[in-house]
Amino acid sequence: MSNQSNTATFDAERVRADFPILHQDVNGHPLVYLDNAATTQKPRAVIQAIVDYYEQDNSNVHRGAHALADRATEKFEGARVKVAGFINAAEPRQIIWTRGTTEGINLVASSWGRANLSSGDRILVSAMEHHSNIVPWQLIAAEKGAVVESIPVNAEGAIDLAAFESMLDDRVKMVACGHVSNAFGTVNPVQDIARLAQGVGALTLIDGAQAVGHWPVDVQALDCDFYVFSAHKLFGPTGLGVLYGKTALLEAMPPYQSGGEMIESVSFDGTTFNQLPYKFEAGTPDIAGVIGLGAAIDYVQGLDRDGAAKHEAALLAYAEERAKATPGIRLVGTAANKTSVMSFLLEGAHPNDVGLLLDQQGVAVRTGNHCAQPIMEQFGIPGTVRASFSFYNTRADVDRLFEALDKARQFLV
Amino acid sequence: MSRFGTEITSDDIVDTLSFFDNWEDRYKYIIDLGKELPPLNDESRNETNLVRGCQSQVWLVSEARDGKLFFEADSDAFIVKGLLAVVLAAYNGKTPEQVTAFDVEGYFSALNLLKHLSVTRGNGLRAMVKRIQDTAAAN
Ligand SMILES: Cc1ncc(COP(=O)(O)O)c(C=O)c1O
Repeated sequence: MSNQSNTATFDAERVRADFPILHQDVNGHPLVYLDNAATTQKPRAVIQAIVDYYEQDNSNVHRGAHALADRATEKFEGARVKVAGFINAAEPRQIIWTRGTTEGINLVASSWGRANLSSGDRILVSAMEHHSNIVPWQLIAAEKGAVVESIPVNAEGAIDLAAFESMLDDRVKMVACGHVSNAFGTVNPVQDIARLAQGVGALTLIDGAQAVGHWPVDVQALDCDFYVFSAHKLFGPTGLGVLYGKTALLEAMPPYQSGGEMIESVSFDGTTFNQLPYKFEAGTPDIAGVIGLGAAIDYVQGLDRDGAAKHEAALLAYAEERAKATPGIRLVGTAANKTSVMSFLLEGAHPNDVGLLLDQQGVAVRTGNHCAQPIMEQFGIPGTVRASFSFYNTRADVDRLFEALDKARQFLV
Repeated sequence: MSRFGTEITSDDIVDTLSFFDNWEDRYKYIIDLGKELPPLNDESRNETNLVRGCQSQVWLVSEARDGKLFFEADSDAFIVKGLLAVVLAAYNGKTPEQVTAFDVEGYFSALNLLKHLSVTRGNGLRAMVKRIQDTAAAN
């Protein structure tokens, strides 16, 4: 492992060579990919692991009495162990495979919520959550007569911790909060939030979709009850995610979906359910995806993670410095603690127009409300232009972004 | 009333766009067309006139007069507004029969423009065209 921070600076150019997709022209220009918060690109090692699985090991897991099934099961369960280690979960059975962050939240809202919420209970979510950390709570709250309330976010795009504290009482049963905001990149004080929630006996679910790809996460240190993320934002395949939960909670929760894999024995007199984690994994899982995620974690852990995080922080600082030096650019989300996202507006121009003109110049960004309509409404804006970085981005990418913005401005303002 | 559909026809737009050989001139032209489209007043920018399926906000107001359909449209994004002008050049001031008969797919492919626009943006435009066609069908 090369986790020494005192080695030479992180070599982004070398790392870029591991990502085949980055080396192409788009609209006649070399691609500059700054949409990493939407999804990250996949290193060759991940693509190869998926190909190898289908070419050599494809077989259903846990069931077969043959060599291929054994190999597939070993890799599949091996990935679970890797994920547990990656987020420092105490045991692999606390790692449940889902389709993504969204399904992880739906699983908890539906299974835990149905068994534990009752009329008058309160669920707190931050005002800048992604829709997938709002709507599942609204649905279960409506069913149970509970209410969903928003934790205030200030003009910088940071959670007002004092306001949060004053909202807490013993009717609060769940606090659901992003680790890092996908709209602004704000790093939320989730450890404090979990501790304060515990004070009134409330559980916490942390949406780590935007955190895991940037720096190490330790679920035991955070002491949250649930932690969810998507493989595709961690250099792994789409359509796969992880739900981590505290063992006692997961044990007590009823199944989410039902069918094969999740049962212990089935009879028409009554069915008993499998143990963790299989109780929550009905049906044939995304075996190739899981193996791909295992390869992604190996890849990330083989990097100088400290160096990668510093490199990303330097890129963000450089981009924000250039933005501040550029007349007509307004940064949206200026909290002190941020990770790898620069959200902004070009004054006088609609974000979607800016995005189209950047795309013409080979620069990929995201524009719009970033699935966070409530906070955009609070800020009184239709959305933003969002440039989001990963360790394979370079200062040259930031320079290209600003060149392209200069040209877009000539068209629009 | 805008000049689209009367003084500026769909053929004019196809001709002019075919003359440009780079994206910059095309986009400048589209944005300029949008600037010629009179803005809707705040009253008309309401829920009823909002066209769903667009990434940016698009409003469409229609009126039937002397057997013809008249459209006004607006958007909060310049490029979309230019595209609205392109669409109105085909439909504004036409009879319902002319609106229904107009080969919009042929028009878009002659413009060779949609491929430069994202799928979602294209969909927004189609939502607007659908609304115009529905209006014609109802008249
Ligand atoms: C903070 C956050 N939460 C949830 C999601 C949803 O993730 P997925 O679509 O992979 O389920 C995203 C991704 O856009 C996100 O950024």
